[in-house]
Amino acid sequence: MFIINCPYCGEREQSEFKAGGEAHIVRPKQPTELSDDEWAEYLFMRKNIKGIQLERWVHIHGCRKWFNMVRDTSNDQIHAVYKMGEKPPIK
Amino acid sequence: MSDNLRTSASKFIDQTTRVSFKFDGKTYFGFKGDTLASALLANNVHLVGRSFKYHRPRGIMTSGSEEPNAIIQINKNSSVTEPNVRATEVEIYDGLEASSQNCWPSVNFDIGGINNILSPLLPAGFYYKTFMWPASFWEKYEYFIRKSAGLGQSPTEPDPDIYDHNYVHCDVLIIGGGISGIMAAKISAENNFKTLLLEEKPNLGGTTIYQKNDYFKINDQYSSEWLEKEIDQIKNLKNLEIKTRTSVAAYHGYNYLLARENLTDHLPIEKKQNTIRQRLLKIRAKKVITATGSIERPLIFDNNDRPGIMLSSAIKKYADFYGVACGKENVLFTNNDTAYETAISLNNKGVKVNAIVDIREENKSDLTNEINNAGIKIYNSYTVINTKGYKKINKITIMKLSKDGKTVTDSKVDIKCDCLGVSGGWTPAVHLFTQSGGKLKFDDNDNIFIPNKYPSDQLSIGSCNGNLELEDIISNINVSLKNFLKIDKTNFEKLKINSSKSISKRNIWLLPSNKTVSKTKAFVDFQNDATAKDIKLALREGFRSIEHVKRYTTTGMGTDQGKLGNMNALGIISDTSNVKMSDLGTTTFRPPYTPLTFGTIVGRNVGEFFDTFRKTPMHDWHVQYKAKFENVGQWKRAWYYPKGNESMHDAVQRESKAAREGAGILDASTLGKIDIQGSDASEFLNRVYTNAWSKLAVGKCRYGLMLNEDGMVYDDGVTTRLSENHYIMTTTTGGAANVLGKLEDYLQTEWPELDVYLTSVTDHYATASVCGPNSKKIISKIIPNLDLSDESFPHMSFKNAKIGNIKCRVMRISFTGEQSYEINIQANYGKSLWEKCMEAGNEFNITPYGTETMHLLRAEKGFIIVGQDTDATLTPIDLQMDWIVSKKKYDFIGKRSLYRSDTIRDDRKQLVGILTDDPNEVLEEGAQIVADTSKKPVEMLGHITSSYFSPNLNKSIALGVVKGGKNMMGQKLFVPMKDKIINVKIADPVFLDKENKRLNA
Repeated sequence: MFIINCPYCGEREQSEFKAGGEAHIVRPKQPTELSDDEWAEYLFMRKNIKGIQLERWVHIHGCRKWFNMVRDTSNDQIHAVYKMGEKPPIK
Repeated sequence: MSDNLRTSASKFIDQTTRVSFKFDGKTYFGFKGDTLASALLANNVHLVGRSFKYHRPRGIMTSGSEEPNAIIQINKNSSVTEPNVRATEVEIYDGLEASSQNCWPSVNFDIGGINNILSPLLPAGFYYKTFMWPASFWEKYEYFIRKSAGLGQSPTEPDPDIYDHNYVHCDVLIIGGGISGIMAAKISAENNFKTLLLEEKPNLGGTTIYQKNDYFKINDQYSSEWLEKEIDQIKNLKNLEIKTRTSVAAYHGYNYLLARENLTDHLPIEKKQNTIRQRLLKIRAKKVITATGSIERPLIFDNNDRPGIMLSSAIKKYADFYGVACGKENVLFTNNDTAYETAISLNNKGVKVNAIVDIREENKSDLTNEINNAGIKIYNSYTVINTKGYKKINKITIMKLSKDGKTVTDSKVDIKCDCLGVSGGWTPAVHLFTQSGGKLKFDDNDNIFIPNKYPSDQLSIGSCNGNLELEDIISNINVSLKNFLKIDKTNFEKLKINSSKSISKRNIWLLPSNKTVSKTKAFVDFQNDATAKDIKLALREGFRSIEHVKRYTTTGMGTDQGKLGNMNALGIISDTSNVKMSDLGTTTFRPPYTPLTFGTIVGRNVGEFFDTFRKTPMHDWHVQYKAKFENVGQWKRAWYYPKGNESMHDAVQRESKAAREGAGILDASTLGKIDIQGSDASEFLNRVYTNAWSKLAVGKCRYGLMLNEDGMVYDDGVTTRLSENHYIMTTTTGGAANVLGKLEDYLQTEWPELDVYLTSVTDHYATASVCGPNSKKIISKIIPNLDLSDESFPHMSFKNAKIGNIKCRVMRISFTGEQSYEINIQANYGKSLWEKCMEAGNEFNITPYGTETMHLLRAEKGFIIVGQDTDATLTPIDLQMDWIVSKKKYDFIGKRSLYRSDTIRDDRKQLVGILTDDPNEVLEEGAQIVADTSKKPVEMLGHITSSYFSPNLNKSIALGVVKGGKNMMGQKLFVPMKDKIINVKIADPVFLDKENKRLNA
């Protein structure tokens, strides 16, 4: 059970949040222009890193805001949270 | 029992208050403050149970939660009985009834004891090896295995006790109230940290609190006296909360811990009633200090499990704390100085110590000098090779150890005893530390695993950190706490400490004997009867990983989770396989540290609170009119309303007919409702639904289908344009929360430029849906000034209205195919709206119908139910709903996926109508559909998704998905059932009123 620092509400229990998978996968602006393979790349392919991963989370039982997180999947340490549209604070 | 082994007064025990209790039906007396174990030992009862596999007589071995043998059943009452309780932890109270487990007919004469004689036939992995063949015999084996498995008996009736959950927050949590924990608590609280100190025992002070030994002094006082004063002081500290009888069960990441606070188990029966029995503390601590101490190790030699063989530290505690001698003729067997402390304690109380057997070649410490002065014989470099006494030890045999410790030499010496204290050194209790994700390292000097890398803001102190000597403990606390709490000084830096140090060390995991290992029973895991022989066998059979050896031999898999035996098991594996302990590692320690009752885990979440449910504002009416309910998500929805003794089938047939012939009314309040506002609301709907929304006029309604990005149908519902920039969307009942979540996701992360706001209003409105040929007349009676003419208020439109002074929204939309009006009203008027409809509809025979009739009526019209006819593998094209997919729109969620190579296949499963040749044959939902039954294996073409007997068409109708079904209209297929094959043919999924005439009838 992590403590997650929601960028809008502050520190809350993990049970108030929902994970939304890998971050910074932008929905193509013109999907109809894409080949099957290119569309599949967007639709299905995710990295699932062991280590530092950029993830999407939503404060589903709180402010309902989506935000991003830098989490080490090997030990669940959260290194940073940042708002949608912002650049990751670390590489 | 005539024997009274109470030796002296003890200030920890109230010897003025006698307590009567029963063990195995016999009445005994103890004193207030006794545990069941100390009271039994005072009555000279050692034999309390039988071992798991061989049914060997077993006695009390320890004085704490690590007890492997004295596992007993508390109370006979079938609802409050508790199995597998450690007698060493049970505080006695008047009326306590306890009994032995795993023995029949009694602990003194146990038929299962035959297993001991048969033991050569019961090697490690016996069950795996024996019951594998013939496979068909498994059911017969299972019966006997289950009968003989397990220890105590589970309660057979619901638990009447009350349990509670509490959230606790603190700056510093300290686990363990021994000398280390108390010092840490004082330092922490005095430095303004909000501190919580938890101790699993009823009293604070650990082993130091009864340490009255001249060789352990702090500031020239007995360490116990010094500590007592400290305890008195910390009790008054403002920032410190102390909870005893509270054991930490689990230590999770981010310093989240679970602890069980025991409130009434020690109280007399009359004080247990109507009060909380146990409380589960859910603790979130900024910092955690683990001071859980260490557990003494047994020594591993032949027949080391007889009643009367105990840990030397336990004998000392029974003597010094409870004032109980565990035997009259004591012998101690050790590899370190701890047993000498025990001998001194016993000697001081006038209890006879016959000898100390020490595997070390020599030992020079203050304690050994004292023993020599007391005239107690020490056998240095000797080992116990065997013990005698079936139900109680009466003799040990010792022999001299060789220089390398691998063999024994010289002649045997017999020593009489009725109690043998063993000490194989100390194992730091690192269980909680490793649960939290901490990494251990092996200390070759003391042969222990100690904390190495902390995963969170935490610190281990005292003997659980591997500091086994008093001076080390205190100096380490001073240094590490300053660093941990970021403070300049502690109050304990100028303590004067005198203590005896254990200097010489010798560790032999498996002691040699004059017999080969295979001829001995040297128990490593006492509870599970795993012996050194078993472990060696597992290694010979090729098991290498410690986790595999554990499971094969069941070492460490008892209710004590190997607290006593694990280190010895590791040592034997290490020696036998020549792998260093540090490379071998340990097995994983998992929560809970000590067993928890289910009651504590679930707390108040029992009965009606087990799973909360949602009720519509009309719920009470449905209950009053005897509705049967069905669960839809968290909702309770009226399923059907049986009249008298009507069956479900009859009720649904009646309701379905009434809705088409007169009028029906449905509680549709559970449908998800999302309020959508903003200047880009229309554009937003364009992007999330498959069809076009820009041209929908204000006051009109439209059905929409929502896909996932993979093109599969996700949800559906009617959305109404209330004003230029204001829509209300309805979703399926079960999908409401997910749809809102998905819409928010796109809005916030993909299209933040859109000016759109979403609000869930599901609970804010109650909805009554009135349908049927008489619906218009009923609505006009309730809302007389509303123009209901088809010109002014056609199908798929909306009007604001008022019932009396109460505003409502009326939508003319239909899920049944009948003319139909949905009235949405502020939720708290829901029930009166419903009653008004019933009253107005009375003359038209208005019939309330439930979800089952709703499903039947929509199936007659071929309308899908997302989640019943779809399963996230069907596109709108598969559903033959091409008409709803806009060709003009540039993009919407899922559009690109509708022409992936996979989604454009012709042979995808497609939704079709299915009619049976026999109109009275109703298909089973989920039944398979096939074309050819002759070729095996039979190819499955699809399955039935919805099936009913239609009273309005007077025949069976069904919907199903069939591979390539779109192009199979009229084709004959088969539905094979267990006892017959049903002939069916593919039909149009719209069975009734294809022209939609009834909508305006």
